[in-house]
Amino acid sequence: MNESHTTEPIPNALLSQPDFAVPAALAAEADELITHYPVKRSASLMLLHAFQDHFGYISQQAVVWIAARLELAPINIYELVTFYPMFHQKPVGKCHLKICRTLSCALGGAYELHEHFCKKLGLDAKAHGPQTTGDGKYTVEFVECLAGCGTAPVMMCNDTFHEGVSLKKADEILKGRGQ
Amino acid sequence: MLTETMSTAATIETKPQPPPAEKIKVKVDGKEVAVPKTTPDPVTGKPLPTSMIQACAAANVIVPHYCYHPKLPVAGSCRMCLVEFGTPAIGPDRKPIVNPDGTTKISRALRPVIACATPVSPGMEIYTNTPAVRLMREGVLEFLLINHPLDCPICDQAGECKLQEYSVDYGNSESRFVEAKVHKPKRVELGPRIVLDDERCILCSRCIRFTRDVAGDDALGFVNRGSHSTLTAYPGRAFDNNYTLNTVDICPVGALTSKDFRFRMRVWFLKETRSLCTSCATGCNIVIGSREDAIYRYEPRENDAVNSCWMCDHGRLNYKWIGREDRLVEVRKREAEGRGQASGSRSAAPTWSAVLGEISQKLKAAEPGSIAIVASARQTNEELHLLAKLAKRLGALTDSVPRIAAGDKLLLNADRNPNSTGARLTGIAADPMGSNLPAIAGGIRSGRIKTLIVFGEDATKCGIDADLLDKLELLIASDILPNATTRRAHYLLPGCAHAEKRGTFTNTKGRVQKFLKAVEPRGDARPEWEYLHELLVNVTSRDGIASIEGVFNEMAKEVPAFSGLTWATLGDTGISAKI
Repeated sequence: MNESHTTEPIPNALLSQPDFAVPAALAAEADELITHYPVKRSASLMLLHAFQDHFGYISQQAVVWIAARLELAPINIYELVTFYPMFHQKPVGKCHLKICRTLSCALGGAYELHEHFCKKLGLDAKAHGPQTTGDGKYTVEFVECLAGCGTAPVMMCNDTFHEGVSLKKADEILKGRGQ
Repeated sequence: MLTETMSTAATIETKPQPPPAEKIKVKVDGKEVAVPKTTPDPVTGKPLPTSMIQACAAANVIVPHYCYHPKLPVAGSCRMCLVEFGTPAIGPDRKPIVNPDGTTKISRALRPVIACATPVSPGMEIYTNTPAVRLMREGVLEFLLINHPLDCPICDQAGECKLQEYSVDYGNSESRFVEAKVHKPKRVELGPRIVLDDERCILCSRCIRFTRDVAGDDALGFVNRGSHSTLTAYPGRAFDNNYTLNTVDICPVGALTSKDFRFRMRVWFLKETRSLCTSCATGCNIVIGSREDAIYRYEPRENDAVNSCWMCDHGRLNYKWIGREDRLVEVRKREAEGRGQASGSRSAAPTWSAVLGEISQKLKAAEPGSIAIVASARQTNEELHLLAKLAKRLGALTDSVPRIAAGDKLLLNADRNPNSTGARLTGIAADPMGSNLPAIAGGIRSGRIKTLIVFGEDATKCGIDADLLDKLELLIASDILPNATTRRAHYLLPGCAHAEKRGTFTNTKGRVQKFLKAVEPRGDARPEWEYLHELLVNVTSRDGIASIEGVFNEMAKEVPAFSGLTWATLGDTGISAKI
């Protein structure tokens, strides 16, 4: 039986980044992070965060680089990137809106808030996963609990935490980001 | 194993004994069993607390499981081995409470535990067959089947699938799951020899642990999360080490399949025969799966003194030559140059008895020192012993051919002959092996050696060139597949692959192991030991038992290293000889 017609190669969920180059400062930061732990592998998540902060997302090349630095096989880092939604598999917008949809916020109007953002920015509210506008400025995404259940619905715009976000407040947030 | 019947010359393989471990007494389903407090980790050898599942195994109670494997580190992910247990109740005085009838009071634990990852403690009672345990198994099984395709009739694992087997024991006849199943990649090529069906995977991680911890190639992992968790290799990096096919053996379901075997034969049609791998000197124990005299696969057979539960891909896939179309299947006799062609007549096909008779006469008539024998370290101990006896009678110069290639750190030995040790112990091989071959070539060149007997080797590839073979007055060749030597032989005796006969090999560490016959020989081919025995009877007028048991037992009496061994006591896993 000729199997070559029936099997499929494994696609890579991550993007290729042909111009990938690690600046000396980032490499130094990575090496410094590794020293925080008794086992190199323990630094995996911290290195991924550092790379995401620098490049905006995790590429195939970043996975291979980090794995080599930690003396691991690339699959070990690839597992983490695909497991955690906090790691971006492609670039996100300059303004990243993360709307909590865990129980309190879901009851407090998180879905309406999400739909409002999507409508304003021309995105599909029904689509799965992070949605980015065509100009690459905005990304809207549901996330799980942001630990502000008492002031639901809550959200984050990049690293800024917003509580009790009404639709009016949502417009203000967008306005503050140039919309 | 019967230690007391062994003489000092042959002993059961023993590793250096660690200090006697402290024993713990536990009860499994009411049966008391003493187990060591610690058990060595299967990979690192580090002592770990003995687990409940090991205690159950010691009590001959099998706890259903998927992710647990005795030769792999524990993962504890499948939850199938949940059991109930109790420990001695301790009173306020910190002493065990005693029941009125004098027995120790047991306090039942409120929750079940996984037997694979829970250590035993003194006085513990493990209950593996309570109604609650059976209900838990049903529940775990129902969860495992939520996203698993229910298409056993077209699955290649059917018949040797743990999911199928436990479903018969603990499953429901109908699925209660009405929602859509999660779909995952099918027919993924993990590597050159492995195909993965992710929908069938139950995420037990046995393959990941095997390749990381045993094979030392951290190639596999789970990507994504929750119901979407998917087994994969890193994209673009093929799962391609020399041990990948072991993951197919340990995969409890039909997720990992061998490209070579998948969809070629339903497993319940296969006849299973205990045999040995012949691809190197390690002598991995195998099971040959055959049907109607065709071999479909080799699988490793557990032998902790040799190969644990594993074998290498190189050895496992090296079986196709047995079924090759150009196998030597008839006794052939080549008339001396010119005579046959001049007469133009074809004589009747030679028969075994006629040919063996003629050879015997010629060997008897040969002057001492004019005969040389090139044996093969791929032959069995018995055959090599018979050849060595023949050589002694004829005063023949003998040797066999070394076969060296790169080995690895696990099982693949650099010596690719399965029986180099046997060739040495029976005295047929020179020391070092192959050092007599130039002398044999020189003897033929000078005309001193007029008769050459070649068993299972191509003389032209070990320094005895074709023009030297043409100088011989008599060339007798026995082989399985044709080569330059068999084409020049005056008498050609078709032999058997190991799968077609019985015999023993001695591995590189001196373990004498036997293999059994899986398939019938092709055509007129016969086991070499049979016709060697006949030749020996003819040439030396000796008597002897014409059975493999008889030949082996006779050899054990005559070869010092094998003294004390008998065919019967070799058992399924062999005995280590003093080498």
